[in-house]
Amino acid sequence: MAAIFQGVGAAAALSSSPSNSFDSKKFVFSPCRSFSVRKGASFAVVRSDGRVNLNPKGRRAQQLISNAVATKSDNAAASSSSKPGHELLLFEALQEGLEEEMERDPRVCVMGEDVGHYGGSYKVTKGLAKKFGDLRVLDTPIAENSFTGMGIGAAMTGLRPVVEGMNMGFLLLAFNQISNNCGMLHYTSGGQFTIPIVIRGPGGVGRQLGAEHSQRLESYFQSIPGIQMVACSTPYNAKGLMKAAIRSENPVIFFEHVLLYNLKERIPDEDYICNLEEAEMVRPGEHVTILTYSRMRYHVMQAAKTLVNKGYDPEVIDIRSLKPFDLYTIGNSVKKTHRVLIVEECMRTGGIGASLIAAITENFNDYLDAPIMCLSSQDVPTPYAGTLEEVTVVQPAQIVTAVEQLCQ
Amino acid sequence: MNSASCAAKISTQPFSLNPTSLTSHDNPLVFPKPTSLFLGSTRKLRLSSSSKLNLHRRSGTVVAVSDVVKQKKSKSTPSLLITKEEGLELYEDMILGRAFEDMCAQMYYRGKMFGFVHLYNGQEAVSTGFIKLLKQQDSVVSTYRDHVHALSKGVPARAVMSELFGKTTGCCRGQGGSMHMFSREHNLLGGFAFIGEGIPVATGAAFTSKYKREILKEADCDHVTLAFFGDGTCNNGQFFECLNMAALWKLPIVFVVENNLWAIGMSHLRATSDPQIYKKGPAFGMPGIHVDGMDVLKVREVAKEAIGRARRGEGPTLVECETYRFRGHSLADPDELRDPAEKAYYAARDPITALKKYLIENSLASEADLKAIDKKIDEVVEDAVDFADESPVPSRSQLLENVFADPKGFGIGPDGRYRCEDPKFTEGTAHV
Repeated sequence: MAAIFQGVGAAAALSSSPSNSFDSKKFVFSPCRSFSVRKGASFAVVRSDGRVNLNPKGRRAQQLISNAVATKSDNAAASSSSKPGHELLLFEALQEGLEEEMERDPRVCVMGEDVGHYGGSYKVTKGLAKKFGDLRVLDTPIAENSFTGMGIGAAMTGLRPVVEGMNMGFLLLAFNQISNNCGMLHYTSGGQFTIPIVIRGPGGVGRQLGAEHSQRLESYFQSIPGIQMVACSTPYNAKGLMKAAIRSENPVIFFEHVLLYNLKERIPDEDYICNLEEAEMVRPGEHVTILTYSRMRYHVMQAAKTLVNKGYDPEVIDIRSLKPFDLYTIGNSVKKTHRVLIVEECMRTGGIGASLIAAITENFNDYLDAPIMCLSSQDVPTPYAGTLEEVTVVQPAQIVTAVEQLCQ
Repeated sequence: MNSASCAAKISTQPFSLNPTSLTSHDNPLVFPKPTSLFLGSTRKLRLSSSSKLNLHRRSGTVVAVSDVVKQKKSKSTPSLLITKEEGLELYEDMILGRAFEDMCAQMYYRGKMFGFVHLYNGQEAVSTGFIKLLKQQDSVVSTYRDHVHALSKGVPARAVMSELFGKTTGCCRGQGGSMHMFSREHNLLGGFAFIGEGIPVATGAAFTSKYKREILKEADCDHVTLAFFGDGTCNNGQFFECLNMAALWKLPIVFVVENNLWAIGMSHLRATSDPQIYKKGPAFGMPGIHVDGMDVLKVREVAKEAIGRARRGEGPTLVECETYRFRGHSLADPDELRDPAEKAYYAARDPITALKKYLIENSLASEADLKAIDKKIDEVVEDAVDFADESPVPSRSQLLENVFADPKGFGIGPDGRYRCEDPKFTEGTAHV
């Protein structure tokens, strides 16, 4: 594993520098991916060393789909011929996913503030209103609670709405509807009504956006029974998860991150979805399991470079599914490395990390050689000042220190 | 005309029933109990001098419907508002609502149902007047006071009673309870415990109706949604937000306010700066109508117009029904704050007695006809109780079945299988 990594170790640092634009070629760790062509039914797992794991225990196998993200070596070889797939930025991947689903199913519609004529505050819905009309891409007044409830009512009566919170933090105003109706109505109606809604929006700590625009709502929503939560982190999984979320019969809360919208990657041309309940193996390793999601994935990968140079071999998993946790992928990793570090942007108290620690301890305690470490954001409202904001979230240096401590 | 002068006009009327049960004296502007004269006063409040019922103007004329009814009645050849069949249908529905709720009270005190149970006695005219005009595909959204809305919409009494007893044969498999009545078949979209929560859902259902017509090209889709809620809800943000959106997009919805003057122990007049709720419709660009909610025929006339408007694509309407609940807020409410005189006043306007009188006086039905209906309904309600009694309670295996529509949402367990594939999952003993 280490050999493969060093072979492509020339990848530049993914730092939290002012520039938001990243090149996809840096993601060259041959991530182990799960693909599903049909809605969540089956897939094959392509491992980094080329072994194909068909029929992982309990799941039905499907056709093999080759690794869609080109590795550096593949790029070099294929430079003369046309490369598969097309390159785009993360927000374009989201838009593509949305557009394809809207074409595929006329019941899919979008509602939110400035999603129509303005094209979305982060341009995720750009061009959709022109193509599908003002009713299918609905510009709502500023009434989160009510238009989220409206989306739920529409979902109950046959549509498949995608509700956008202009910033995830605004969804706090819709908490009543999300908690009481979105999560509950399938149950309290005895299974009569389904709510196939997707509630999405940008969240996370950005660049000096101030406390209220820098919120992480994963922790607030995670207890709500009846909903699923996913967090995207690459253009590939953004599009795949978006499509899966829209096709799912369950209500899904889809977390995007303000700083990741300009990530660039080459993604397949053909239709694909990513399984909503699965985690993503970013970098296989032997020494320590690092669990992360969303933007922290990049801080972890940056730290991983340093760690590899110091001789460590971290296994990095992007958990992607914040609720429910993919305990299979996580468990297999824990059984292999016996050490776990969680790196998240959520607050320390009652966050995703806290739940993950509980789940791992409950299920895999025997396999642990050391207590689980969790690096989360500080329990403070995100300060405006850049220097303070920087130390609010976890930085790569802290991750390196934590791994060193864990692996003593 | 501003409120102050109107108050002056109303207070000079000879007959007024003051809600002097108000023990707080910090609200000087006390409107007298709205009486039939209040509706007459409303006519004086109207800005336009026209007395015609004009609901088509976008500015939203505020109108007292009793005027319309009076006009109709004053024609030389008195025409009746309903046929015999319609009359009996309305009577039966109201009797069903009343008998069912009375039985609920009995069953509650006998320990057959628990929790919060909110009874609808006295308000039957609103439910019957509106819902009996709907088709099966039209939707109804209600609040926690939803038993009678469910019955009027067509949910069998057996299913509602079983749900209240918490049995698997209930309309929601015993998982919803008194405050969460749902029926996909009859398009009853709930049953909500928090007030105002259902209004956006109703707006969404109306949005779907418009979407189906315009995007999915189901050209004849003219489904209408009715949202029922109370006076307390009309001070809640969701109410105003939805009035705005419904008027903005001309959604096929009717907002029906069941103004029974009390939100548990909070008098409407103590909670609201302008207690005339119907006036809030025109502020958002839809007609606002006030109607006597103790008279099912008046309610039905207004409902016809409002539902017709929605069906024709002309947009929403706000209808304020002046009504009253004969019992407390719920079966746990001692109901000590309301003035006995106020209660007596409304008891005298019992909608069922009024309809009975109308049917008999206009020779639409005989005493015998109505007694037969009473007996029939008694049997229906008794049967519902027996059915509910004999139905099984939910077994453990039902616990996790309806949390997700797609149970893969429970995730992947440590063994690599989806948790829902675990045989213990259906037994309800699996750990999720």
